[in-house]
Amino acid sequence: MWANHRLLLPVFLLMLVVFVSCIALSTRASIETADKGSAADPKLADGLAAWEQVYSVLTSPRCINCHTATTYPQQGDDRHRHFANVIRGPAGKGVPGLNCVSCHQSENADSTGVPGGSNWHLAPLSMRWQDTNDRPLSSGAVCRALVDRSRNNGLNASGLLKHHEEEPLVLWAWNPGRRPDGTMRTLPPLTHAEFVAATRTWVDAGTPCPRAR
Amino acid sequence: MATYQLNVNGQSRQVNVDPSTPLLWVLREELKMTGTKYGCGISACGACTVHVDGIATRSCVVPVSLVGDRPIVTIEGIGTDAVGRVVQEAWIERDVVQCGYCQSGQIMSAVALLKATPKPTDMNIEESMGGNLCRCATYVRIREAIKSAAEQI
Repeated sequence: MWANHRLLLPVFLLMLVVFVSCIALSTRASIETADKGSAADPKLADGLAAWEQVYSVLTSPRCINCHTATTYPQQGDDRHRHFANVIRGPAGKGVPGLNCVSCHQSENADSTGVPGGSNWHLAPLSMRWQDTNDRPLSSGAVCRALVDRSRNNGLNASGLLKHHEEEPLVLWAWNPGRRPDGTMRTLPPLTHAEFVAATRTWVDAGTPCPRAR
Repeated sequence: MATYQLNVNGQSRQVNVDPSTPLLWVLREELKMTGTKYGCGISACGACTVHVDGIATRSCVVPVSLVGDRPIVTIEGIGTDAVGRVVQEAWIERDVVQCGYCQSGQIMSAVALLKATPKPTDMNIEESMGGNLCRCATYVRIREAIKSAAEQI
């Protein structure tokens, strides 16, 4: 009798572990599939495909160079650290004496090779799209950051679409001006119209995010 | 060529230059205000720093066409500003200058720092002055002068 009781305890613990694991996996799966339906849903599939297009733009140098996880911006297609000891500062606009607008004016200065646009600044750390080693975050991680209203300045899905359509610094990515050597800066992999269309498809599908990688 | 009406040190100055001309060269060549120095020409050293609408600005990379009607203050005019005068006096008191080439830019950045942060920490000073290079390495005296000026403000 006592031997049977000694056997029951491990069996009970094993069942408990299996039960908790099933619950956790089920919850995670529902989040990762973007809680909008099954992957067989064509609208969801289109949305996820559109998101990957959006992600390709967000992680291009024209965008990600100012979505860093570090205390400084980056520059160039090789995304090296910004020169001249420029730092993020408390509001993402540099520091007194060395503000972003100490050099970056309201529009590109092609004669001197300094890019410019309205209110030049870094994205907040909550919108970082790379890790502290300057490696881009996964598609799923960037997606989840983008749709998290506690991190994205309170934007809902239509607000995100509007941001991609109209925000001056977003638009700058397709008019990045010339480098100091006179050559044109590289553009994102999609046109702005394609980027907006992809964002709209993603939004219409309910802003699904891919599974974590 | 185009004509621009600039507000420099409280005075209206008219210049007729190519729109792409950097503000630095308008100040030095057109207005003969040579206190602002040419160092690197790519905003890497800070020698050309002036204030544009109160912001420390690298004049070597800002085309004159983008200045608009924003007031410009140069090293020639900073002494009429209360904080600017205190900083210049601290620079003299601490005997900061060695060769002096970078010092007008250093002072302009220091004034911008102290206007925004009247009691700066060492970290504030390092971050704000980090874009101003001094080949004579007067950095220790620059920091001392900024702290001395902060005590007077």
